[in-house]
Amino acid sequence: MSSESQEFLQQAEVITKDLRHRGLIQTALRKYEVARDKRKSAFGDWQSSRQAAAETKWEAINHLDKYLTEFADKLEARGTKVHWCSTPDQARDIIVKIIADKKARCVIKSKAMTAEEIHLNAAMEKAGFEVVESDLGEYIVQLRKEPPYHIVFPAMHLTRDDISDLFQKELGSAPTREPEELTMIARRALRKKYIQADVGITGANFAIAETGMISLTENEGNARLTAALPKTMITLLGIEKILPKMEDLALFLPMLATAGAGQTVTGYNTLYGGPKQPGEVDGPEEWHVVLLDNQRSILLADPEQRDSLHCIRCGACLNVCPIFRNVGGHTYGTTYSGPIGSVITPHLRGLQSWKHLSSSSSLCGACTETCPVKIDLHHHLLQNRRNASQEEPNAMEQTAYKAFGFVANRPGMWQVGKELARMFQPLHKFVLGTKLDPARAWTATRDVQPVAKESFKEWWQKHKAEKQAK
Amino acid sequence: MTEREKILGRIREALTVPAPRPGTHGGHEPAATLVGRPVHSAKPWLPDGGETPEAQIAYFRAASLDLKTDFRDAPDEGTAMAILKEIAQAEGWKKIATHRSELTDKAAAALGLPILHVEGGYDKNEMEACDVGITECDVLVAQTGSLIVTSRSSGGRALSVLPPHHVVIARREQLVRDLTAAFALIQQKYEGNYPSMISLVTGPSRTGDIERILVLGAHGPKKLTVILW
Ligand code: SF4
Repeated sequence: MSSESQEFLQQAEVITKDLRHRGLIQTALRKYEVARDKRKSAFGDWQSSRQAAAETKWEAINHLDKYLTEFADKLEARGTKVHWCSTPDQARDIIVKIIADKKARCVIKSKAMTAEEIHLNAAMEKAGFEVVESDLGEYIVQLRKEPPYHIVFPAMHLTRDDISDLFQKELGSAPTREPEELTMIARRALRKKYIQADVGITGANFAIAETGMISLTENEGNARLTAALPKTMITLLGIEKILPKMEDLALFLPMLATAGAGQTVTGYNTLYGGPKQPGEVDGPEEWHVVLLDNQRSILLADPEQRDSLHCIRCGACLNVCPIFRNVGGHTYGTTYSGPIGSVITPHLRGLQSWKHLSSSSSLCGACTETCPVKIDLHHHLLQNRRNASQEEPNAMEQTAYKAFGFVANRPGMWQVGKELARMFQPLHKFVLGTKLDPARAWTATRDVQPVAKESFKEWWQKHKAEKQAK
Repeated sequence: MTEREKILGRIREALTVPAPRPGTHGGHEPAATLVGRPVHSAKPWLPDGGETPEAQIAYFRAASLDLKTDFRDAPDEGTAMAILKEIAQAEGWKKIATHRSELTDKAAAALGLPILHVEGGYDKNEMEACDVGITECDVLVAQTGSLIVTSRSSGGRALSVLPPHHVVIARREQLVRDLTAAFALIQQKYEGNYPSMISLVTGPSRTGDIERILVLGAHGPKKLTVILW
């Protein structure tokens, strides 16, 4: 068992018993479900919209070379510097160098999961820069020195009291139970940072090939400010964010908002096509777009799971997943949690170390059902299991199945086995769940069914005999 | 070989094996499909925005109510300006930030307050201290209750998010049915020479990051007012 897997099991064991955590997540997600269903019902045809979104992303991903080139060329034509990075190291180095060249000290950042993926904040802090997350949820988890709990709702696991305590400790504010007041405390603290910051860093939700623009989705206006006030802007995005045309947003913005947060569209959806242009009054003088591969091209090479690159990171599959809802976001130990995280993490960070995530599934298919771009998530979990065992067969498991097959194919032996099981099962309860229990792996978390007093075969023989006697 | 060539090379290599069409899991044929058609043919599947101008106003009003946008549909210019003055008095505005354009100039003249004009640059602290940012917009969207501001037509990137109140002055003709129409209009207007920022604004700044409870004015404006005639 990999150490990642052991850690996952230990943490899951603790958190599934944590009733406070469960209550918080259930309340938050119930609110989400109500809002989402209301928005979905405003669609003329939600299922056809999903199909349209899936096909549009299919077109983009399956012609990625063409669209990426178009995107980068268009950006460069308007004065943006595009950097291509194969690895997280390259991306971190380039970003740190840009900031250092500007002799900047203070960096303001809006939410970007890709930055979490490459641990950008740690690298920037190590280089001596002050980095401030500006999204409220991200700001809260940053103050707690934690990674985001959820890709869309980073501070979902905290109550207002937790946040009030945190702000008292870190910002010296007065205690309050009002979410409004807490938000204003953060707003005031962050406004100062905006005015000071020399560099702004953002992620991107979509990259529009046709016009050479990124599209940024947010509710708070923090990304708008990040892209408006600092002199230098850096945008980090994965190469899979491509959409072919600007008009595609008319479909994707409502899909993302509905599936992700139960909104018709989010508060601000902003397209950026360059640094400050001649005749404009503000905006960064320099804009760097950093395109990150980081194993995405490896995932692309697997046609079976290529569609997992269609993901628009809406978080809907996390919200409906019974595993996520019980073990929570931090237990995964990955940047991307929930079903999509379980599918892609083995590709991004090693199959053998992360295959356990593909087994932590009830295979209920709720994720596939809800995904706005129709990624075949639960089948991909099965494929990961298959690939993992083909790559590194489990000798114990294979022997066990062989032995089972051998016995099951021989009625005489099967009969003997059955009798033995009936005889010894009553003794099982003395060792049940303890170290002496031979079936401990199963019985630690599950019930064992008693062997039937009468098997079907026995019943059939008796029944036949009775019938003939009549 | 540059990193760009390496990445594109890996992508081309990966794409030599085709992937199955999406939405066909378990042998099911999808209900409706776009294959070969442009994405705007998905329009009837999306939320509607009303066919007639009256219906569109009704959709915009309903969405505004939901979003907590203060939407004022005035019968004429005089009334629109009176509404603006009323709001200015109620909130005790002392200084406004705005940009030069037909509609914002009218608003500024009607208000007669000290003005920060963004043209030719501005001081960040000074703009932050203004009570309101008054802008035009390019288009209003009935389907979603949104409006589009750009860095060229609405006074740059910060004017519509830095002051605590964003007021949009618009004409009724600027209202379109849905996002498809709005993006078509933007493309028609700017094709070949886009502003560096095009922002679809839907309601005042908001967050639900604390216990999923809605709070307005997270970073951007706490209030969004749309006045049109
Ligand atoms: S896999 Fe689908 S549901 Fe999950 S985050 Fe991505 S787009 Fe959303």
